[in-house]
Amino acid sequence: MNMEQRRKERLDRGIKVRTDSIYALMSVRELAYLTLPRFVLIVGMLVLPLAMPGMYWQRVVSIVCIYAILALSFDFLAHFVGLVSLGGAFFIGVGGYITAILNTSFGMPPLLSVPIAAVAGGLICTVLLLPCLPLRGVYFAIVTLMYPLAMGRIIEALDILGGTDGIMGLESFPNRWVEQYLVIVMVLVFLFGLRRLVNQDIGLVFRAVKDNDQAVKASGMSITFYKAIAVFIASGMGCLGGACLVHIYMWSGISLFALDFSILPIAATVIGGAGTLVGPVLGCFILVPISELLRAFGTLRIVFYSLILVGFIVVRSEGIMVYGQRKYHQFQRWVKV
Amino acid sequence: MEATMDILIYGLVNSTALALIALGFALVYGISRIPNFAHGALYVITGFFVWSLLRGAGLNYFVSIVLGMVITGIIGALMYQFILIRVRGMAISEIIASYAIGLAILEGLRWWGFKGMSNTLPVFWEGTIMIGDVPIDMQRILVVVIGVAVVAFLWVFTHFTRIGLALRGMAQDERAALMLGIDSDLMALVAMAFGAMLAGLAAVLLLPLGNIVVEKGYNVLIQAIAVCIVGGLGSWMGAVLASFLIGFAQILTTVYLGAHYQMVVALLAIILTLILRPSGLFGRQKELEERV
Repeated sequence: MNMEQRRKERLDRGIKVRTDSIYALMSVRELAYLTLPRFVLIVGMLVLPLAMPGMYWQRVVSIVCIYAILALSFDFLAHFVGLVSLGGAFFIGVGGYITAILNTSFGMPPLLSVPIAAVAGGLICTVLLLPCLPLRGVYFAIVTLMYPLAMGRIIEALDILGGTDGIMGLESFPNRWVEQYLVIVMVLVFLFGLRRLVNQDIGLVFRAVKDNDQAVKASGMSITFYKAIAVFIASGMGCLGGACLVHIYMWSGISLFALDFSILPIAATVIGGAGTLVGPVLGCFILVPISELLRAFGTLRIVFYSLILVGFIVVRSEGIMVYGQRKYHQFQRWVKV
Repeated sequence: MEATMDILIYGLVNSTALALIALGFALVYGISRIPNFAHGALYVITGFFVWSLLRGAGLNYFVSIVLGMVITGIIGALMYQFILIRVRGMAISEIIASYAIGLAILEGLRWWGFKGMSNTLPVFWEGTIMIGDVPIDMQRILVVVIGVAVVAFLWVFTHFTRIGLALRGMAQDERAALMLGIDSDLMALVAMAFGAMLAGLAAVLLLPLGNIVVEKGYNVLIQAIAVCIVGGLGSWMGAVLASFLIGFAQILTTVYLGAHYQMVVALLAIILTLILRPSGLFGRQKELEERV
């Protein structure tokens, strides 16, 4: 009888030194090994619009990027600050309506109104969410889920901001290449910027807020202050995405507050890998085209991606990116026990 | 004077309806700590089952109601056994998973062609009577009567039967209950099935008042959450009291402001309660868990 038992041993590659961000490189090959994934991502994103067959799929790339920005903000807020916000649609809607008003009533060109909408929208969202910041866990999640729903209903009931018709006749971006590369560059900037940010000192405080807020309090730091900063960053990103979306569609309406914008980024984060920041972007690049391909099936596509989401949460909750990173950075082998 | 009677009577009906909707949600959350975001979907799918048993299979109305509720209960139990049990304790995953299931059910029904105005259930009891000067149909009276009966039944069930006491033990202190030999997963399963059946009961009672439409699933979910948050998550009596608060507030806004505001009331109630007093008006104080 064979009593031999084996276990899987995992070894880090030799270039890794203690922490995640410091490497000891000995050769060009190792340098290439380290830079290749980043290089592929950046170049891939930049040539993507050129590789698309037509206008329709280029538009899809823009939408993917907007969802990716939203998913990045969700991932940052949920896994680095500990605030699980189910209200991505709120950020999108606020940003969208601000830029719509600036564009139609004050005649600002899109390239001016979009950044203003991002900053002003971030401020407005932060102020509105300020009373909820002390809340934790499921309570914060529910309250943020209700914000976009309430906003949509209030606009409908009061008949303000164009009511159910929305605001029409917005200017589009100067040309479609500006539109394409604006969102793509924004995704890349936010992706690498956030990765920097979470490794700075302030990122350390953010993670401390997530892991043990009492300790942060005991160190004499205001939790609410740091949470507010994080919410400002995340909601500013969401508003920027919303503002671009509105200019792409040249229309702003209640559907900006729809649940799609809250659910899809979360699904993308779960599938891509929570807490990696790259994962959500990858998740969006998988989910949004799938839902476009399934557009012919109507609402069946929502069923489809809900089921994918459930499957991932139940079976492989770590997500693709965490799994991939493990495979890429570690050797695995069977050893005898 | 007539307006006051109107508000009183329809407020009472609306409140009982809200209580019926919310009790299932409150029960599941109180016992298993799972915020069941598929509650609205269970509500609509019961209507769908009863409708197809009645119209499609041509069964007796009463039989199809019982069957429909039982099937919904089984769906709730299966949902727990195969999906939610794996994410239990991770609040956010629970929300996302149950919401995704609910979304799948609702949008699946919509895709299958379950929309429009043609799908209705018959009322149990035709006819209208006058209370004072206010006409009211028998179905609404039945809602109130059965609503009160359900609350009373739940109270008796959780205070005097073995399984009900076990459920209440779980709700109060899960560890102590585990030490006394109460199977936590089994109880959560029972609670889930029970909560699903309560959603089904609410559907069977309330759906004859209108059409079966998929959008109701979302509204029911929001209303259930509103009632449970205002009453305090996990508190059953709080949920009943809160449903009266929200029920009358909704009727008052409908009368004085317009029907558009009905959902705004529920949503604002959720947001304000969570900001001001997250454990709800009647919830147990768990300040340290809910906020910094």
